[in-house]
Amino acid sequence: MNVQVKIIDIGDDMPVLELPPISRTTLALFAGASGDHNPIHIDIDFAHGAGMKDVFAHGMLSMAYLGRALTEWVPQRQILSYGVRFAALTHLGDRVRCSGKVVEKLEHAGRPCVRVQISATKATGEITLAGEALVALN
Amino acid sequence: MIDKKFIGYEVPPTLWDVEKGRIRFFAEVIGATDAIHLDATAAKAAGYRNVVAPPTFIFGAESDSGVLMKLLDTLKIDLRKVLHGEQRFDYHAPVCAGDTLRFQTRVADIYDKKGGALEFVVNDTKVTNQLGEHVADLHSVIVVRHA
Repeated sequence: MNVQVKIIDIGDDMPVLELPPISRTTLALFAGASGDHNPIHIDIDFAHGAGMKDVFAHGMLSMAYLGRALTEWVPQRQILSYGVRFAALTHLGDRVRCSGKVVEKLEHAGRPCVRVQISATKATGEITLAGEALVALN
Repeated sequence: MIDKKFIGYEVPPTLWDVEKGRIRFFAEVIGATDAIHLDATAAKAAGYRNVVAPPTFIFGAESDSGVLMKLLDTLKIDLRKVLHGEQRFDYHAPVCAGDTLRFQTRVADIYDKKGGALEFVVNDTKVTNQLGEHVADLHSVIVVRHA
């Protein structure tokens, strides 16, 4: 359920979304569903050839999870902009945790908006994705 | 080193059809249960013309349409060295099942750090649809590791 966005204020937290551990199955399915077929995420032989110990998660999988956290909080059409920097790799078995906080109220193209700082972290607390979303309040 | 002559290079535009089953598959894999991604009736009740794609769906559509691989090939970048550095979406209109998207990608910048050990390719993609609407802008930074 989406909350009433107009009550969102500076300092408010986006509800935390915690995901199950990353599995090879999830990576295989996400490759097919997303269209991102880079073998480094699904083919251990290719990963070895690239100097990695194993396959690792698509950064875009965590970005999709963070996007889900946003749309479970506010209606999707109110998300005007959404961007992240990929800070660390997410490995098999890692549990992705998505969180966010409202840091600013502003007007964008005549619409009242909030800027939300968002991040994905591992259970260890290491940040894997950090960025922000611009969310309209109407 | 990536040839900097490719700064400003425009990848030939690509068309990509947005399929309802594909949106459902994507939503299911990421655990998005909102009916606007799964059920056309619910999506229409929410004001969409058909089931709507989750926010980051169009990135994969861009990969799937072959834009990224074509670009790596043209710039002679080894896929094994590629990491995703940054990604941003600016949204202007929804992406729904039945749409045909057009991706127009331009290499906005190429630069390096650490004496060339890391190279960066910045891509800007304009996405439009069959209605002539400007749907979104994608901004991507690809990192190429030489170390």
